[in-house]
Amino acid sequence: MQKTIEKADTTLKEVPVEVEAPKTHSGGQVLLEAFLKEGVTTIFGYPGGAIMPIYDALYDYADKLQHILVRHEQGGIHAAQGFARASGKTGIVFATSGPGATNLVTGLADAMIDSTPLVCITGQVFAHLLGTDAFQETDVINITTPVTKWNYQVTDAEELPAVIAKAFYIAGSGRPGPVLIDITKNAQLQKIAFTEYVKCNFIRSYRPKPVVRPEYIAEAAKLINAAERPFIVFGQGVILGKAEEEFKVFIEKSGIPAAWTIMGMSAIPTDHPLGVGMVGMHGNYGPNKLTNECDVLIAIGMRFDDRVTGRLDMYAKQAKIIHLDIDPSEIDKNVKADVPVWGDCKETLPMLTAAIEERKHAGWHRKFIDCKKQEVEKVIHDEVYPETDTLTMGEVIRILNELTKGEAIIVTDVGQHQMVACRYAEYNKSKSNVTSGGLGTMGFALPAAIGAAYGDPSRTTVAVIGDGGFQMTIQELGTIMQFKPNVKILILNNCFLGMVRQWQQLFHEKRYSFVDIQSPDFVQVAKGYGIPGKSVSERDKLTDALKTMLEHDGSYLLEVMVGKENNVFPMVPQGRSVSDIVLSREEI
Amino acid sequence: MKQEFTITAYTENHVGLMGRIAIVFSRRKINIETMNVCPAEVEGISRFTILINESRDVVEKAVKQIEKQVEVLKVFFNTDEEIVWQEMAMYKVPTKVIAEQVKVERLLRQYGANTVVIRHDYTVFETTGHREEIDALVAALQPWGLIEFVRSARIAVIKASEGIHKAVMEFEAAKPSEPAIENEFLDQRDGVFTM
Ligand SMILES: Cc1ncc(C[n+]2csc(CCOP(=O)(O)OP(=O)(O)O)c2C)c(N)n1
Repeated sequence: MQKTIEKADTTLKEVPVEVEAPKTHSGGQVLLEAFLKEGVTTIFGYPGGAIMPIYDALYDYADKLQHILVRHEQGGIHAAQGFARASGKTGIVFATSGPGATNLVTGLADAMIDSTPLVCITGQVFAHLLGTDAFQETDVINITTPVTKWNYQVTDAEELPAVIAKAFYIAGSGRPGPVLIDITKNAQLQKIAFTEYVKCNFIRSYRPKPVVRPEYIAEAAKLINAAERPFIVFGQGVILGKAEEEFKVFIEKSGIPAAWTIMGMSAIPTDHPLGVGMVGMHGNYGPNKLTNECDVLIAIGMRFDDRVTGRLDMYAKQAKIIHLDIDPSEIDKNVKADVPVWGDCKETLPMLTAAIEERKHAGWHRKFIDCKKQEVEKVIHDEVYPETDTLTMGEVIRILNELTKGEAIIVTDVGQHQMVACRYAEYNKSKSNVTSGGLGTMGFALPAAIGAAYGDPSRTTVAVIGDGGFQMTIQELGTIMQFKPNVKILILNNCFLGMVRQWQQLFHEKRYSFVDIQSPDFVQVAKGYGIPGKSVSERDKLTDALKTMLEHDGSYLLEVMVGKENNVFPMVPQGRSVSDIVLSREEI
Repeated sequence: MKQEFTITAYTENHVGLMGRIAIVFSRRKINIETMNVCPAEVEGISRFTILINESRDVVEKAVKQIEKQVEVLKVFFNTDEEIVWQEMAMYKVPTKVIAEQVKVERLLRQYGANTVVIRHDYTVFETTGHREEIDALVAALQPWGLIEFVRSARIAVIKASEGIHKAVMEFEAAKPSEPAIENEFLDQRDGVFTM
């Protein structure tokens, strides 16, 4: 075998060098870039040590991202909620670590139970300090786990783009909810190579909406077609599913009387002929009473909250139940469904509409009209056209309706005024009623109204608040002073923690234990914040005062002094059946 | 009526998920009898086996809440009749007794115990079986100077589990698991500047 000497290769070979991509963005910048790609315009927040790198980055984004400096993180998250509820988009809030983050908890719980899409960003101490009780360190992930749809701690900026994408996808898809991302300070500072942000639309372990099963649609249609006295109760699912139109088509073809829960309110215009009012503890007489007379109850995007059902073992026992919901864990949770229709009501409602017959149900409707008549005679007339010495909450809302013509966004706090406002407010448009439904959070309305004003600046936002709840987040007047969102503040002052007082009167032998609340001169307080205002207590001045408030260019505070011991009726007394709803105190 | 239910959950292997699942129970004041978490046959997927004593209705609702968690792939729940289950136990007894007491030796043989460690001062045995069998051996060894005892959480395979392995493989095929991200900075305390 011939031996050849291999010649050494002397040509210069190019050794591939791993060129590291330039580290162009800090974690904070990546976050804000991601926000821009997600269409974020407005951020509510409050800075602090552990979130300073993000705020530093924000300094350069001031022309693209509007940041509203609230006065308390609770105000920030309620504002983000108000923004989400009025706009249908995801609300954003920033808070620092420790006390900043814990101040978000109430709003998280509120958003969780009312299915409000939020992305909350909290700063956190450096990753190497986690678990050392470092300055302003709290275990935010574990504190917020029960009140978030998902949460995650970022310790390395490389994780950020994917995590933020996931956060938006989870918050806004399926049954929406709050998501919290806790970002350690090193991750906010760390520079990474960042070129592209890819939105998320798939997580293998996450099924935002269940697959619709046509056999259940068919079964539901069969029940509806055979029903003599069908009845619809709808919730916020209709609004969250952006299915208002599909819903309207469905009820108009089926001819079925439809009642809303407090969260479903405004999905159809209040004066829609098929709308028969609100269900629940302080809902309308007819829909509560007749719940126990219908033969088929169609629940749409609602979750049978105990404030809606009253005593469960006496709730619609005579009826076949059809339950449409996007969240399978809601089916059979409180009320057993005969036909479960899993799915997004935007998909299921048109399928159901196609499968049902056109009907009128005139006789059955008359029962609702009769009940309405009784309710008007016994309660509504006196509440909205009172002849008492003092003003009533109902007449204030009636005049507000006359002046806003159903066009305003009405944000309510929690208490008697909330129930009155929700009972009497009239709406033409969806997403007009912003209230804390499931959690019943006092202090919600003022910040939520600020958020709503940013969420839909084309409309008038009126915050209806009690004298108690107003003092819980009164500091947000400062936010209004500084950023000038157009928020009309309507305080219904009864000099009491009214709703608690009502219960003490009715169920605790009038032992008024610590419900007598003193208030400052609200008009003077507002003035201190540069917000004009007025207080009225006379009937003949009320309309003008409301007009002044609504016509004022910018925010305005109107305090209306109302009867101290007025009560909200009708009422389903606690622990009683919905058909035991009473129209007056004497019936309890 | 309350009875034993074994819940089997396939999940992503993610930091914090155990807390989310535990909350589903603690929030309803349901006591967890035993809980075993281990890697499933596919990397990145964990398998929880949770034993609780509750009525079917309550279990059904809890299971739906677990399945709702973002990082949970699939959840099953079964009665004891529907599963094959085991617990493992270890018993530490003085070696002297074993050596000298024929009775003890017979007992261990009767229960099918295997020896794990023999030292001059103590011996460790191991058995695998149902709760009652393990309890019975504990009781039997008690008079002979049982020093320490431990048992594992229940693990179970579902009798009617046709296709589960395939489904797990399909999950992985659809989108491979992401590695769990841990805090890599924890041991860098000295080197990092803080403010
Ligand atoms: C944060 C919080 N604390 C306590 C309550 C209990 N609560 C419900 S209604 C109410 C009274 C509200 O009083 P006010 O704000 O004056 O409104 P009104 O009922 O008089 O209209 C209270 C204390 C609550 N819902 N939220």
